[in-house]
Amino acid sequence: MTAQAPDLRSVRARRSLWQNVRRTLATAPISAWFGMIVIVVYVTAAIFAPWLAPYGESEVVGRAYQPSSEQFWLGTDQIGRDLFSRLIYGARNTIGIAFVTTMLSFAIGGTLGVLTALKRGWLDQAVSRIVDAFLAIPVLIFALMLLAVFGKHILNLILILALLDSTRVFRLARATALNVVVMDYVEAAKLRGEGNRWIIFKEVLPNILPPLITEFGLRFCFVFLTIAALSFLGVGIQPPTADWGSMVAESKTLITFPVRTFPYIPAPFYPALAIALLTVGINFVVDWFLHKTSGLRDEK
Amino acid sequence: MHPVLKTVLQRLGLGLLTLFVVSVVIFASLEMLPGGFAEAILGQGATPETVAAFNHQVGLDRPATVRYLEWIWNILHGDFGYSYAGLGGNIKRSVSELIAPRLYNTFFLAIMTAVVAVPLSLFLGIMAALYRNSWYDRIVNTITLTTIATPEFFIAYLLMFFFAIKHRWFYSLSTVSENTPLLEHMYRAALPALTLTLVIVAHMMRMTRASLINLLASPYMEMAQLKGVPRREAIVKHALPNAWAPIATVIAFNLAYLVVGVVVVEVVYVYPGIGQLMVDSVSSRDMPVVQACALIFAATYILLNLSADIVSIVTNPRLLHPK
Repeated sequence: MTAQAPDLRSVRARRSLWQNVRRTLATAPISAWFGMIVIVVYVTAAIFAPWLAPYGESEVVGRAYQPSSEQFWLGTDQIGRDLFSRLIYGARNTIGIAFVTTMLSFAIGGTLGVLTALKRGWLDQAVSRIVDAFLAIPVLIFALMLLAVFGKHILNLILILALLDSTRVFRLARATALNVVVMDYVEAAKLRGEGNRWIIFKEVLPNILPPLITEFGLRFCFVFLTIAALSFLGVGIQPPTADWGSMVAESKTLITFPVRTFPYIPAPFYPALAIALLTVGINFVVDWFLHKTSGLRDEK
Repeated sequence: MHPVLKTVLQRLGLGLLTLFVVSVVIFASLEMLPGGFAEAILGQGATPETVAAFNHQVGLDRPATVRYLEWIWNILHGDFGYSYAGLGGNIKRSVSELIAPRLYNTFFLAIMTAVVAVPLSLFLGIMAALYRNSWYDRIVNTITLTTIATPEFFIAYLLMFFFAIKHRWFYSLSTVSENTPLLEHMYRAALPALTLTLVIVAHMMRMTRASLINLLASPYMEMAQLKGVPRREAIVKHALPNAWAPIATVIAFNLAYLVVGVVVVEVVYVYPGIGQLMVDSVSSRDMPVVQACALIFAATYILLNLSADIVSIVTNPRLLHPK
């Protein structure tokens, strides 16, 4: 065995991973490039928020409702906090919470989906029927109701949305895994005596990864928009945490007052624009990715 | 039994079952709270006596199955129980009375939107599918993708800013009452309806386009082309009979989507609909109202999907002409 190893290693793919990435990126359309740049900027803002923001997250730095100036780039909000700083911290909070929620939902939905596809039988039946009932209620409505029961806490928000969203992930993971679990190599792994964990994470998961990654982008957008909507409605992320959805709600009355200084944009549009830009960017990238991987049209 | 009738009945039965399970889920959500809802709402300092008193007052001290059966029986008779608000006093506020006028307003808005959005998006979608990969297709594709990815409240405020504040063509707040005349109601609901239309059209157009492209790529369409059927006739006679099902699905899916969109848009324009009522009740944890609203939303959603399924069964050429 060991004698053959060098031979096998010398027969390697002509292109390294990095070269492949560069080749793929070279074919990306403008919209995908736009999306990728937006995502990179947002992630940078989210990670380095304390160094980028001129003021603290909930630090009162001046009088309320000041127009944009040299000192406060986008002006101040209703209790005199710097809007620009809150926008940057908002990136960290809103994106962070949406990301954690989506990861959790994929961990639950993905694992259960593959497991039920592998096991079938009563477990599959039971989980699938429960998921069907969950799918029959719109996420926003269900989330509103559960938040009323459990209270408006950030942890509740994450758990509720992750649970509701995982039903959508479950369906996709199960459907794609069903095609894989009948493959010979899964059979071979079973005969070899591998446990469930090995089969799920080493045999099935790598083979259903491309559709799951695409779905991750779309689900992230969906979760992100739902959190923004819930925060906008006043039942999501609670003050004083800076968050784009609630920032729109807090500053909504300002829309009726004319803005006389430089950007000439009423205050509620900054956070709303921040939300829209990110989701549009991710959608552009996902759209391109869908074209690339399968030539399949996206059908929600 | 005719296969169409059989499938329709099966689907109806399944729909009723889903409705039942959903009502159980909505009812049970209140029971899931560890320690009970009373303690959550009264706070940590609540003595066992106050908890018991609260439970007795709202009827939470009786077994859950009895309460569920009573709840669902009353709902079937149009009675959603009493709101928690004003429970201690003498004035009992009936949830049904609270909901009825708002439900009318919401349906008014939804129908107004659907009447404009459905024909428009079907037309745009069919055009995009027929002339796919043209400039028209690409531009519409990018615009709709942008619209889909944008939160509803952003579109709503944008429209409000341009049409109600920059140019004073519409009111920025859509306050209506029971005494508002029909035309005035339509005028005041115009901006929310326009917002919803934009969101729905984007979704619906993309889905119409996708399902039509799928259809046009099928072998029998190629066959029709090969045997020399004119394009118009091929579409009307060969593609259309098979297109009803996907189109019905698209319409139902988007009207169901409207159910959710309506919540945010109503809050933005302060339009007195059921979505706004639900959000207010969630904040005050007025569970009978929340559950009633959730049930109405979910039932609408399920019924819409059910009717789409039935349309696709009834128009399915394979089922209509069994061998």
